[in-house]
Amino acid sequence: MKAIKITVNGRTHEAGIDSRRTLLDFIRDTLNLTGTKKGCDHGQCGACTVIVNGRRINSCLSLALSHDGDEVTTVEGLAEGDELHPLQRAFIDHDAFQCGFCTPGQLCSAAALLGEFREGLPSAVSGSHTPFVEEIRERMSGNLCRCGAYNHIVDAIAAVAGEKR
Amino acid sequence: MNRPSSSIVGTPMDRVDGLAKVTGQACYAADYRGDRGAAEGYIVEAPAAPGRIVRLDVEAAEQAEGVIAVITHRNAPRQRPHGMPEDAGRFTQSHALLERDRVRYFGEPIALVVAETLEQARHAAKLVEVEIDCGEGTFNPFENAASAVKPDSLDGADQVDTDKGDFDTEYAGSDHRVDADYHTSAQHAAAMEPHTTVAEWDGDDLTVHMAIQIVSSAVEAFSNTLGIDKERIRIVSPFTGGGFGSKLGIHNEAVLAALAAKAVDRPVRVVQTRRNLFSNAPHRSRHRQKLQLGADKKGRLKAIRHASLAAMARDYPFAEAPASPTRASYAVPALRTTHRVVKADIPKVDSMRAPGEAIGTLTFETAIDELAEACGIDPVEFRLRNEPDADPQTGKPFADRRLAECLRQGAADFGWQGRQAPGSRRQGRKLLGCGMATAIRPNQLNPAEAEAHLTPDGRLRVRLDMTDIGTGSYTILTQIAADALSIAPDRVTVELGDSEFPETAGSGGSFGAASSGSAVYEACREMVEQLLSRLNEQGHTVNSVSIDGDRVMTGEASVPLATLIDAGGLTVTGEIDPDNYDSGEKNYSYGAQFAEVEVDADTGEIRLRRLLGVFDAGRILNQKTARSQLMGGMIFGIGGALLEQSLMDDRYGSFMNRDFAEYHIAVNRDVPDLQVRMLAGYSEKSNPLGSKGLGELGICGAGPAIANAVYEATGIRVRKFPIHMEDLLPSLPRS
Ligand code: FES
Ligand code: FES
Repeated sequence: MKAIKITVNGRTHEAGIDSRRTLLDFIRDTLNLTGTKKGCDHGQCGACTVIVNGRRINSCLSLALSHDGDEVTTVEGLAEGDELHPLQRAFIDHDAFQCGFCTPGQLCSAAALLGEFREGLPSAVSGSHTPFVEEIRERMSGNLCRCGAYNHIVDAIAAVAGEKR
Repeated sequence: MNRPSSSIVGTPMDRVDGLAKVTGQACYAADYRGDRGAAEGYIVEAPAAPGRIVRLDVEAAEQAEGVIAVITHRNAPRQRPHGMPEDAGRFTQSHALLERDRVRYFGEPIALVVAETLEQARHAAKLVEVEIDCGEGTFNPFENAASAVKPDSLDGADQVDTDKGDFDTEYAGSDHRVDADYHTSAQHAAAMEPHTTVAEWDGDDLTVHMAIQIVSSAVEAFSNTLGIDKERIRIVSPFTGGGFGSKLGIHNEAVLAALAAKAVDRPVRVVQTRRNLFSNAPHRSRHRQKLQLGADKKGRLKAIRHASLAAMARDYPFAEAPASPTRASYAVPALRTTHRVVKADIPKVDSMRAPGEAIGTLTFETAIDELAEACGIDPVEFRLRNEPDADPQTGKPFADRRLAECLRQGAADFGWQGRQAPGSRRQGRKLLGCGMATAIRPNQLNPAEAEAHLTPDGRLRVRLDMTDIGTGSYTILTQIAADALSIAPDRVTVELGDSEFPETAGSGGSFGAASSGSAVYEACREMVEQLLSRLNEQGHTVNSVSIDGDRVMTGEASVPLATLIDAGGLTVTGEIDPDNYDSGEKNYSYGAQFAEVEVDADTGEIRLRRLLGVFDAGRILNQKTARSQLMGGMIFGIGGALLEQSLMDDRYGSFMNRDFAEYHIAVNRDVPDLQVRMLAGYSEKSNPLGSKGLGELGICGAGPAIANAVYEATGIRVRKFPIHMEDLLPSLPRS
């Protein structure tokens, strides 16, 4: 057991943890924040995406111990009180999910993606002629959705990113 | 028959569970936290099969930190033998595991390690040592075709084989023929939510929180497996993270969780790992489909033969029916279809989204494309020319059939140019091609019941054991209830996924919305009847009601609900009896799909540029959720045509690519603009709502439209699916 201090959705937790525990299992089973999902536990689906210090990561691929002092945002932390994050609103409006299991990861991924746009970070497809939706598709391709809500996810993100840009 | 009035049904209402899903509040099975903390179960899989366990050493695992128990065949609680009772059917039969020292298939559980935490259980699982004395196994159905048998029954089809007319004569007398073998791959449903069960005993009563599509048959399966009364079992499943057939029945983690929870007298959670799922949850078998088609000079079909060969898991009676759509697609005087299976020592084979059609239309509609080309006729025109007046196999009338409309509108909306010379369109390094195919999927109605409860303050609660696996059940049932009772949707609460609620057929086979929706509709109609009779008793002569706040509005008056129903509220039930809608006619949903692909002229890489589907699914209950479901189906079709392939090592009967890095489902950038058109309609003969199923329709025809487009782009006809770049590379046209 090692102790860490970690801030999740603005609340700081100090906990002793099994050094094998992933950040995902820490969030879900130690903190009981079950919004974040486990789809593969191997960094291959994106269901566990959370935002750590402003960057999106697959929380299943990261040991909780390595996050001492970090600030983590999960799907439960996207809204401000009762005020939904614009992406959450847009996901509902555009029907950007069906079963909803990939959705927390999609949302965290999309929220961090807006930050990448703001910072002008490039992706594998970036270029002067790359259509905006192509940028979104590429950047959201680490978040699998078996229900196939992809087009609506892109629409929702484009609507929000368009407003913001 | 009166058509239901509609102001809410059909609108693109937002999902009523949307807020829960975007805020992380929707409670899936693995999110359930009981009062007594659950221990974690971790599956130890058989590393070889079939065979007999000759040594199983669990001592080190038992000694490991945090381990509560290691459950094996030596100490598992009693179960009824696997497969019993014999007449039960695959969903409800005993799913017993850890029965004795026999291992049936690679990856079958031989132990469950139960520990305080996942990390402890996972570590201890690695300490289990096993030795298996392996016998000869049968794994590859094609290499063992000589031992193929006719299955007792097929999934979703009345007859295993059919034979109409004189195939041999008609085929021999045809002017144009196609004769080829097509191969489709094994596939996994790969829902994003892994199969998960949390089991909890209270004395002899079992409560199970699980990911499931059909609650009532799961109760029976637990009952038959554990040998306890159905009344002692409660299943709770408010949200399921996708099923696609793989959660129709219960699977290995469910049985293990129940056994372990009994053995350790504590709730146990078992979440299948992604790797587990490839052998501990079901898959779709690989198939070889022989197609022989013949047509006359004018492009009229004369003969069709469709012969399918697949694997069936030993001891689990499921056989898919890829030739089933072939029986209903086109007018033809001679039509012969057969299905054979080889019983194999492999994990469960079971339904995967659009069983039959997904792979049946993939192959058959490719063959039709080949035949149209042999006849020199445009593929849209070819299909129109062979449009039947009645069901080609049985001669029965169709309940309704708007395939021709789908084909014509699809061609117009897509800008279909007619078949171009294969390999003739080029844009820089890209070879371009278009293709199309027909979509067809049986429409069903199954028995279902629902309960409606109205309170004096004007709130309606609807309960049934239906599930919402992403389909939108919560939303459409809210809409149906709101219309039937003329009440605002935000005054309606739909509660699902609990075996204590009235029984439905659950989610599957594209029958969920129609069956459950009709039951809710009937329950609400009964509610209206009761309100009317009470109003009439009070001297109001009225024949319709609506509810506004806590008042009943009639044409002439506004009456407080509290004067009609007492404080406890009014509870009624309704049910749908499919026999009332059995007209003896053949009932299908239809569609036409059009695809454009680009193929890299140097590498053979295939990218889908666009896909357009026009669908006839009767009355659309919710424009938004229906569109999403059809799109999701089309994306499954992309997977079937270009991506998805579970590869078995035929020496050992083990699936090799057991994760998302190697089992490829479509990712965001694999999916271009999808166009979905839904014909406005109302299917009188289907159910009281006028709807037809569409949860699987989007897959049907999507794959072959893409495959046919690949052919037009390259001139290469690939008869195995998925089509990969290496299939094209050796024969790409030289520039
Ligand atoms: S659960 Fe982390 S990427 Fe799949
Ligand atoms: S909404 Fe079901 S996996 Fe994305």
